[in-house]
Formats: sequence, C-alpha cells, structure tokens
Amino acid sequence: MSTAFAFALVGVGLFALGLFALMVYVHLLRKIIAINVMGSGVFMILVALAKRSAEATDPIPHAMVITGIVVAVSATALALTLMLKLTAASGRARFTDD
Amino acid sequence: MQDAVTQFPWAIVLILLPLAASMIGFLLPRLAMTLGLITAVSLVLAVTGLGWQIHYIYDGAFQHAVGGWGAPLGIDLYADGLSLLMLTTTSLVGLGVSVYSVLYFERQQALRFWPIWLLLLAALNALFLSADIFNLYVTLELLGLAAVTLTALQGGKAALDGAMRYLLATLLGSLFYLLGVALLYHSYGTVDIALLSERVEATPAIWAALGLMGAGLLLKTALFPLHFWLPPAHASASAPVSAVLSALVIKAAFYILLRLWLVIFSPLGEGAASLLGLLGAAAVLWGSLQALRQTRLKLLIAYSTVAQIGYLFLAFPLAGAAAVSAWSAAAYLLLSHALAKSAMFLVAGNLLHFGGHDRIADLDRVVQRLPLTAGAFALAGVSIMGLPPSGGFIGKWMLLETALQQGRWDLVAVILLGGLLAAAYVFKVLGHALTEADVMHEPRTVPKIMEWSALLLAFAAVLLGFLAVPLLAWFDVSEVFVISGAGP
Amino acid sequence: MMHNKPLDNISDDYRPAAMVYLLSALAVMTVAALLAYVVLSLPPVAPGLTGHVAAQMGQSGVSNPVTAVLLNFRGYDTLLEMVVLLVALLGVWALGDVARHHETAPGPVLDTLARVLTPLLILVAAYLLWVGAHAPGGAFQAGSVLGAAGVLLLLTGWRPRIALIDLPLRLILIIGPAAFVAMAAITLLIEGQLLTYPVMQAGTLILILETMAMLSIGVTLAALFLGGQPRDIQNK
Repeated sequence: MSTAFAFALVGVGLFALGLFALMVYVHLLRKIIAINVMGSGVFMILVALAKRSAEATDPIPHAMVITGIVVAVSATALALTLMLKLTAASGRARFTDD
Repeated sequence: MQDAVTQFPWAIVLILLPLAASMIGFLLPRLAMTLGLITAVSLVLAVTGLGWQIHYIYDGAFQHAVGGWGAPLGIDLYADGLSLLMLTTTSLVGLGVSVYSVLYFERQQALRFWPIWLLLLAALNALFLSADIFNLYVTLELLGLAAVTLTALQGGKAALDGAMRYLLATLLGSLFYLLGVALLYHSYGTVDIALLSERVEATPAIWAALGLMGAGLLLKTALFPLHFWLPPAHASASAPVSAVLSALVIKAAFYILLRLWLVIFSPLGEGAASLLGLLGAAAVLWGSLQALRQTRLKLLIAYSTVAQIGYLFLAFPLAGAAAVSAWSAAAYLLLSHALAKSAMFLVAGNLLHFGGHDRIADLDRVVQRLPLTAGAFALAGVSIMGLPPSGGFIGKWMLLETALQQGRWDLVAVILLGGLLAAAYVFKVLGHALTEADVMHEPRTVPKIMEWSALLLAFAAVLLGFLAVPLLAWFDVSEVFVISGAGP
Repeated sequence: MMHNKPLDNISDDYRPAAMVYLLSALAVMTVAALLAYVVLSLPPVAPGLTGHVAAQMGQSGVSNPVTAVLLNFRGYDTLLEMVVLLVALLGVWALGDVARHHETAPGPVLDTLARVLTPLLILVAAYLLWVGAHAPGGAFQAGSVLGAAGVLLLLTGWRPRIALIDLPLRLILIIGPAAFVAMAAITLLIEGQLLTYPVMQAGTLILILETMAMLSIGVTLAALFLGGQPRDIQNK
C-alpha cells in the first residue's frame, strides 16, 4: 500500500476517534477538541489522497485544507468562547438537563 | 433602462451587497441598521431582477464562471428555478424580519445584530447560487456560525445552552459533509456539481459519500431523529432569530440535499428515498404530537417546525414516479412554511414583548387586545394546518394528489393525520388567546411595526394559495433536471 | 457563590454512562471499518486536477500552484473564508466584553522572549507573505505567524489603549475581506466577470490582496484570543 493510502487510513482513524470522543464525553471542552480531531482526520484524508497523482501533487486539496483549517479555527474560537460563557452562566461545562 | 435591468448582474449583487453592507455596518455602527434595511429591500428587488433574467434572457438557468476559469478548475455560480425559489423565500422573509427587528432589539444588542444578520443573508444567497460542493461547505459553515451567534445573542443560560448544542450539531454535520466532498473529489477529480453528475457511477465511494453527506445534511435540516438540537435552539433565541432559523437556515441544508439528490445521487436512490419518506412521516407525527404537549408557545412552534420539515421529505418516495408534481409540492410547502413559520415566531415575539412571557395557558385575551397579532397567528395557522386558501393547502393538496395517484395510502394517512394534529395545536393556542387567563399581567404596548410585519408575512403565506399557477411557472422546478453546459 | 474554576476535572458530573461507551465504540468501529474499505477502494493513481492547474499556471500571475488556486482559480472560496473568520470575531465580540484586565509586568522569561520574538515573528510573516508567490507560503501562513506575535504580546499583559484605536482596529479587521469584496466588485464592473484579474497585473493584484488578508488574519486571530469585545469600545 502506498504512503498515500497509509496516511488516508490514519485520517479515517482520527475521524473515528474524534467521533467516539464527541459521542461519549460529557465535558464541553472535550467535545470541542473531538470536533477538531475529526476535522484533522478529514483534512488528512483530503491531503493524503492527493499524493496519488503520478505528476506533481494535486494542489486543489491542499488549498481546500487551508480553507478548512481557517474555518475550523474560526469555529473553534466561537465554540470556546460560547463554552466559557455557558460555564459562567450555569456553573458547569456541560449541557444542562442532559 | 431596459438594458440596465437585463444586463445587470443581479445574482452577484445578492452576494456582494449584504457582505459590503455588513462590513460597513461593523466599521460605522451608527449606520448598521439603515444599511440593513436598505439591503433587505434591495435583495427583494435583486431577486425579482434575477428571476426576470432567468425567464426571459437566460433560457432557464443563470451561470457564471467566477474568475473566468470555469469548472473543474474554478467555481461556477448557477441559478435555476429551484435556486430562484430559495432566493425569493430568503429575500421575503429577510425583509419581514428586518423590518420587525428595527424596534425589537434594544440599542446594544441591535448594534451587534445587524452586521451578523447581513452576513447570514449573504451566506444564504451565496449558498443558493453555488454549483460547487466545496464552496457549498464554506457557505454552510458561514451560515452555521452566523446562525449560532445570533442564537446566543439573546444571552442567558437557555440561549447559550441552545446555541452550544446548535454549534456542535452544525459542526458535526459539516464535517460529515466535508468527508463526503473529499470522497467525491478523490473519485472523480472535480467538485463541480454539473461535472459530477456526468461522471458518477455506483461505486462504494459514492455510496459512502451519499451516506455521509446525507447524514450531515439531515442533521443540519433537523429531520427526525436528528432533530434533537432544534427545539432548545429555536425556542431560546430571540423571536426574529427564531423566525430566520426555522424559515431559512434549515431549508438551506434541505436545498443542498435536494440538489445533490436530483443531480448526483439519482441513479442510486430507491432505498434511500423510502428511508427518507419513512423518517419524514415519523417527523410529521412525532413533531406534531410533541407540539401538542408543549406549555410554552415558542417550543410549540419549534416542534411544529420539526413536523413541517417531515412533509418536505415525503416528496422523496413519491418523486420516483411523478417527479415534477412531487417536487413542486415540496417547493410550495417550503415557501409557505417559511412565510407562515416566520410569522408565527414574530407573533411569539410580540406576545413576549406584550406580556413578558410565552406560556400558552396564560395568554390573556390576546385576540381582543392585540388583534393584528392574533390575526397573524390565525392566518399563519391556516397555512400550517393546510386549510384553503393558503400556500400550505396547495402544497399539501399536490402531495396528497401525487400520493393517491401512486396508491401510497400510508403517506396519505400521514398527511391527513398531520393536518389534524396541526389543527389541534393551532386551536389550542388560539383558544387560550381568546379567553381570560387566571393570572393577569401588566401589558406593554407592542409597536405597530412589529405587529404589521408579522401580519404581512402571514398574509403572504395565505396569498400563496391564490397564486399557485403563476408561481409554479416562475419557480419552475422541472428545470432542475437540466443543467445547461458544464465547464471545459 | 459558585467556584471560580471554569473548567473542572472529571467528576461524577462528567462521567459518561457505561452503555454509552459500549454502543458508541461499536458504532464508531463500524463506521471506521466501512470508511477504511471505501478509502482503499479508490483508484491507486489519479491525477486529480494537476493537469488543469499546470495548464493555466501561466495565466495565474504566481508560480506556486497552491497560491494560484487559493488566490486566483478558487479565489471566491478564499473570499468567503475571510468572511467566516470575520463572523467568528463578530460572534466572540457579541458574546460579551473581555474581562477587566490589570496590567502586570511579565516574568523575566516571557519578557525576554517577547522582546526577541515579536520583531522576529513580524519579519518571518513578511517573508512568508512575499515568498508565497513561488514557494509554500502566502497570506494565511503569514497571518498565522502575525497572529502568534499578537498573542505573545497579549500574554505579556500588554493591552492597547482601546479608546484610541477603535476605528483603526475595526478597519484592519475588515480590510482583508473588504479588499476581496472590492476586488470582486471592480473586476465585475470592468471585466464583467467576478474576480477575473487581467493577466498582466494578476501577480500584483494577488500580492495586494494577500497583504490585506495577512493583516486581517493576524489581527483577527489575536483579537479572538482576547475572548471578548475589548472594553471601552462603545458601539456609537
């Protein structure tokens, strides 16, 4: 199996790991980190499979991932601030009446 | 003058104008609200101009290669009857909500509201005009973040909790969608919808992409059983925000699902169509029953949204044999629901402003004291119930007809039962609104603008009942099957 | 009344149920297995869009393919993504004001580090911006480094006098996306097509856009780090 597919499988693993953590853990910070890990998994899949081309590496997935990273950073910033405000308002960093 | 209308890039205005207005409104907060109102009005004009162009100049569909590169290298903008429907819904509800919001928010919140609201409008327009699945991901994220922020704007534990649930759900949905995009790109070397529709074959990767993107988009459109995030978020947000969330934001995800379904995934669809129909039926029944049980008005309206979304998905199993009528029904239901549901949430906002609470049992002679507001709720209720004459009636009638023609008695039963349950919860609210409550509350006056905007939106929903033939021709959804001209 | 620690350790409050663990593990393993199968089923060699990109590189104005894609071929995505960054900032600002801050002197390590690193980071950012035209680099990379410089400064306890910089701050925050929107509008008026640069000027235009973007991204990232609207900025 070529390196491209090896890294793509790592990406699948990250995606699955993040999904597990998102479903299982209760603390909001862990959920936010889980989403980030899932995102990294998807980006890894995008970039790894770009190495399959015989000529130069395909730059389109790279550009997509750069865009994706910026979007992920923005979303994480908002999520963290929201979490802090919610914790300040309710005293605990978890969903209420869960 | 003629040339100015026909040649003007109305579609691009729909995207660039709210972006520019938002940024100027952020730079100079004093102008934010004025810019917002001007933009809201301009969007209605622009959408009309675009519709004119699509029908009389562009032969059914508008296409624009951004940067001049064209797919698959560049990004294409595309608008046909379906896009026009969504854009029109957005501009009409957008105008109503904008007018309502002029007096709804107090100063500090208003200055924060308008720039974000304009970005949400820009995101919706960009989404409905895009023909590139990765570009759709970016617009989905923009839409999601703007919507979450507006939900949290209200402040307070409930709104923050609802916003956090909403944010995590929307991010999860986006990631599933993005993984699907990755699989599609690496299978066919393009992210352009038109090109993908030509190249798609039934491979494991395509099935996975369908499953992933479907799951992500169903989560974002809050179809049962992935609807858990919607009631807390829609009920705890401020009234104009709730209106937008129910009327427009979840429809955006539905639009993408529909577009992908029709264009890319159609060769695969039979089993998936039945599944969607089943989930839709469950949504109608579950949502309506839950709505009936609620004691707070905004939660009742939120669960009503869960139910009404279900109707849209009933079109999927019916579309196999009678595509045009099934999708026309869904289109009409979508537009009517957007108008009626936004009116309902604005009514809830009025009642909250008036009495300081939204407990249904304590609605104290609202009909007598706020006749415009009560009238708005009644008209909106007519459309939600599917009574004639209203847009909701036309949509449900078309759906019923299609189901009867195909012998789908199960779907007929669901539609009729859903209508009865809707009548039950609408009349529950109206009943309490007519009678005296046990506890009296000190009323505050509701500004006339807020009452009129709710009433006009509801009136529009009913008006749709009379305009079925010309509107269905204007929003010609049969053209969805024809994507004119792929790139080089 | 309530404790001040916003983030607690794992107590009973946060412990997941055993059933949830099991079911989630099963579900996730199934998903992972299916995805692995799907990924491995993809063709081992696929050119993607390398051919298309290579063919049009000459018209793009830069020689680094990723920069060409980001700023030219798929520049519309970049425009929207700059707006996403802005909406996140608007969101963080809308959620509340930043906590009251008392300026304290940083310890010796942080003090020295900040003095040495900040100018260095700014130089590196400028270099990354410039080199992005023909090697890996560009607006986002430079903007991130600039943002890091900003965060480092904030960590030392420094805060700018908000009352003095309100309008300039807002201007820098929007200059990135605003430049893109302006470019989009101008090219629409002149060429009739959105974001279509004339080939001769493409390189220069891209550099201008990237510079604006870098400034916006850097300042936005630092502002996001603050976690709230800076006090004293009164919306007039």
